[in-house]
Amino acid sequence: MKKNKIGHYVANVIITVAGVLMLFPILWMFLATFKTNEEIFGSLKLLPNSFDFSGYIEGWKGTAGITYSTYFKNTFLIVIPVVIFTVASCSMVAYGFARFKFPGKKPLFMLLISTLMLPNAVIMIPRYALFNSFGWVNTYMPFYAPAVLGTYPFFVFMLVQFMRGLPKELDESAYIDGCGSFQAFVQILIPLMKPALFSAGLFQFIWTYNDYLNPLLYINSAKKYTISLALKLSIDAESVIPWNKVMAMAFVSNIPLIILFFSAQKYFVEGIATQGLKG
Amino acid sequence: MKNKISSHDRRQLKGYIYILPWLIGFLVLQLIPFIQSFYYSFTDYSIMSSPKFSGLKNYITLFTVDPEFWNSFKVTWIYTLYTVPGKIIMALIVAMLMNRDMKGINGLRTIYYIPSLFGGSVAICILWRLMFMDTGVINGILGAFGLPKLQWLGNTKTALPTICMMEIWQFGSSMVMMLAALKNVPKDLYEAADLDGAGAWDKFKNVTIPQISPIIFFNVIMQTNNALQAFTNAFVITKGGPLKSTYLLGMKLYQEAFSYYKMGYASAISWVIFATIMVVTLLLFRYSSGKVYYSDAGDF
Repeated sequence: MKKNKIGHYVANVIITVAGVLMLFPILWMFLATFKTNEEIFGSLKLLPNSFDFSGYIEGWKGTAGITYSTYFKNTFLIVIPVVIFTVASCSMVAYGFARFKFPGKKPLFMLLISTLMLPNAVIMIPRYALFNSFGWVNTYMPFYAPAVLGTYPFFVFMLVQFMRGLPKELDESAYIDGCGSFQAFVQILIPLMKPALFSAGLFQFIWTYNDYLNPLLYINSAKKYTISLALKLSIDAESVIPWNKVMAMAFVSNIPLIILFFSAQKYFVEGIATQGLKG
Repeated sequence: MKNKISSHDRRQLKGYIYILPWLIGFLVLQLIPFIQSFYYSFTDYSIMSSPKFSGLKNYITLFTVDPEFWNSFKVTWIYTLYTVPGKIIMALIVAMLMNRDMKGINGLRTIYYIPSLFGGSVAICILWRLMFMDTGVINGILGAFGLPKLQWLGNTKTALPTICMMEIWQFGSSMVMMLAALKNVPKDLYEAADLDGAGAWDKFKNVTIPQISPIIFFNVIMQTNNALQAFTNAFVITKGGPLKSTYLLGMKLYQEAFSYYKMGYASAISWVIFATIMVVTLLLFRYSSGKVYYSDAGDF
């Protein structure tokens, strides 16, 4: 028994120390925003000599007259509609698969599941050619279209699983009361699906927000740049990189994610846990 | 009665309306591009002109002429073989250590999850690049402990492992999945094992692993799929260098397609990536059959 207790104590110490080490890069990043290049490269002190906010003020001014206000605005112009469209379309598609028995449903659902394994790399070039032929390059349409059309099999699958867990009697009794199928969906199922819809929305938010490859492919004028493109530009544009500015903006770019995470932590953890279990 | 059934059937057909967006998306944004890219891989194609059929030329060039390809193929495999097991082992260890009655478990779980939240964003890639510079903080810390400094990102031997470390650092989301799975393992299985006099290792091997094997399997498949297509980290941190030692296939694909506009050639690369993913997935499924334990098969 005593041995067990020591083991318990040792395990606590290990995971706590390792946890602190895990966060070290983020902490270091935050403190580097206040440091000069000499301090970053010349000194091992974790704390900066002074809490100088000029990295934030200067960094926000961005590159070539375009400020981070624009970059943030652009990023949200992509992310927010994408999240809304994704949640709306994927929940509708999930409703179709979870609640109706139509001919060909099984093979179609198998196709949907198989697209989970379809690598983005393989469809990237024809998709680019297609969107290019629509004149959508340098617009945000290449981000919106897949979201409107519910081509995120991961979310559809997750929502189907969730819906299957809700008793069918609920919407069936609504039909008996004379509700249409869409009414039953909106008024009865949607409210019950809130946690799952929230999880899907959160993950789509993070993935779209952090995405770099798609903005790199489709956005080519600096006025329409997202934060990720702007950050990359900030390290490519100057020969001597003012790291405090770069780190300040990199840190600021993480803030929306931090706020979102801490205000909706429950949905994150539940989302990951259930997706994993059901997957 | 007859009438009722047919109205019921008609209602069921409404399912098509609800899945219609996906059906269009699947055809236009997935299936047709998928077929097109297969065709493009046998053509000379720049985005400016229409594709010209060139037979197996792209694949022959790729496999026998282009010295970069086999290097990128190797680099991508090393990257995958470091990051996928690395992440899963870390996730499993931490999840096992946390699967006890202890205070502050939620706080700790959050801490471990945070790196996954920022993920492979450009911000984190830039941070990594700065920290692992020759005069950066990591070498500073090594120096303070009297350890030799390394040219992390400047050396062909260490650049790829340094990028892999960033990926492994993001094991938090797998860990949360595994922790949830561990909490679902029926307690009586452990009690039965105790009665049989099983040791800790036996319990781990014969109870824990089989019980959470679906989660491990799911993670291996999805992460292998992602790792074989990785792009952003190498592109931002090292630009594929030094001496192409971090030139992942995903990066070569991007460069050929969007820097040199060799869309046909790039499509051939994408099909090599796809074929690799398929082969690995099939092998994993085959290897795992009978080893992955599903408590309910799930009906649909």
